[in-house]
Amino acid sequence: MAFISFMALTNETIKERLKAKFGDELSHFEEPYGLLTFEAPKDLNLKVMQFLFDDQELRFQFLTDLTAVHYPNQPGRELAVVYHLHNLVDNIRIRFKVFTAIAQPDVFTASQLYSSANWMERETFDFFGVNFVGHPNLKRILNVDEMIYFPMRKEFPLEDQTRIDKDDAMFGRGGSLPETMGAPSTHSGPIGQAAPLNSQDPGGATSQSQAPGAAPEGR
Amino acid sequence: MARPVRFNIHPIQADVKDNISLTNMPEGYTGEGFFATNLNSVVGLARKNSLWPLPFATSCCGIEFMATMASHYDLARFGAERLGFSPRQCDLLMVMGTIAKKMGPILKQVYLQMAEPRWVMAVGACASSGGIFDTYSVLQGIDQVIPVDVYVPGCPPRPEAILDGFMRIQDLVGQESLRRRTGEQYKDLMQSYGIQ
Repeated sequence: MAFISFMALTNETIKERLKAKFGDELSHFEEPYGLLTFEAPKDLNLKVMQFLFDDQELRFQFLTDLTAVHYPNQPGRELAVVYHLHNLVDNIRIRFKVFTAIAQPDVFTASQLYSSANWMERETFDFFGVNFVGHPNLKRILNVDEMIYFPMRKEFPLEDQTRIDKDDAMFGRGGSLPETMGAPSTHSGPIGQAAPLNSQDPGGATSQSQAPGAAPEGR
Repeated sequence: MARPVRFNIHPIQADVKDNISLTNMPEGYTGEGFFATNLNSVVGLARKNSLWPLPFATSCCGIEFMATMASHYDLARFGAERLGFSPRQCDLLMVMGTIAKKMGPILKQVYLQMAEPRWVMAVGACASSGGIFDTYSVLQGIDQVIPVDVYVPGCPPRPEAILDGFMRIQDLVGQESLRRRTGEQYKDLMQSYGIQ
């Protein structure tokens, strides 16, 4: 690029440079709280990052964060992988998102470009199930290795499903536990007995029930 | 230009006669130069007043335990002067703090490395039942992986509560039968946890 600016780098400049390079493929430019945000198609995520990295004016050479968001109501675009990049020299931040379908959540790995993306992508895989193509060691990082579900997806209930001693009424959910578990007041829960946990609890991976106090599976 | 000292300028002389507590003798038959009692009580008495705890302090309850060990709420008064951080040398495993599901097998391993007789105290809500963290990552009570003798509720429990839990452990230790660990019921308990 022949055009070098002597003014401070602004969001406008970054936007123009990106549009000049990628044209219509980048979309949804917005600036919530002054942070330039845009969306890219998932095949271009590495190209966009490489461009932002190599360009002498843009110099976005620090990956601050790499995470995902689950939007269950957008078929075909359920998982958004969000990258936050930082230009340390000019102190400008930028965010871009790539959307992927939940049925085939493959995204190219950024770990060849940024070493910090290695663990951040493992965490994103651990919690959302995004498969980073080309990652050297894509396995769970924070959860137990045997876990078969992805906790941060919206269908996963917050509470541990093996609890059978939690009274719904006391937790503000109304009603009491269903008949199969007996009355809450007389039932001595796992604390009163020696209840072994020999295998890791799946926690309702497939059929997700919305009431957290529902019957545990696999016990 | 030193300020005058304001505190601790009237030290109280230590009154040894009032400040030493003696534990009671077990019941037995006394005579001239001998004392007959049963072995259980003597061994229990010795064990309970010299427990060596292993503080498995993970989070906030560990801070309360530090306060318990300090001079104000002294745990050493109860004989637990020597804390060991090696399970091979300790009697009492005090689990204080949130145990994650990933930590569960490690906690079980620590418990397995302890020699009999061993006792377990779950300090705090997280160790007893998962506490307020009913989520995918927290073990809902350490009794999912190891057998527990005393639970101390609280978030975190006050040092007095931890001391009360410790005293109940002492009661258990003092009254435990010497044959308990080799009996059928104990073996069944261990089997139910998958411990040989």
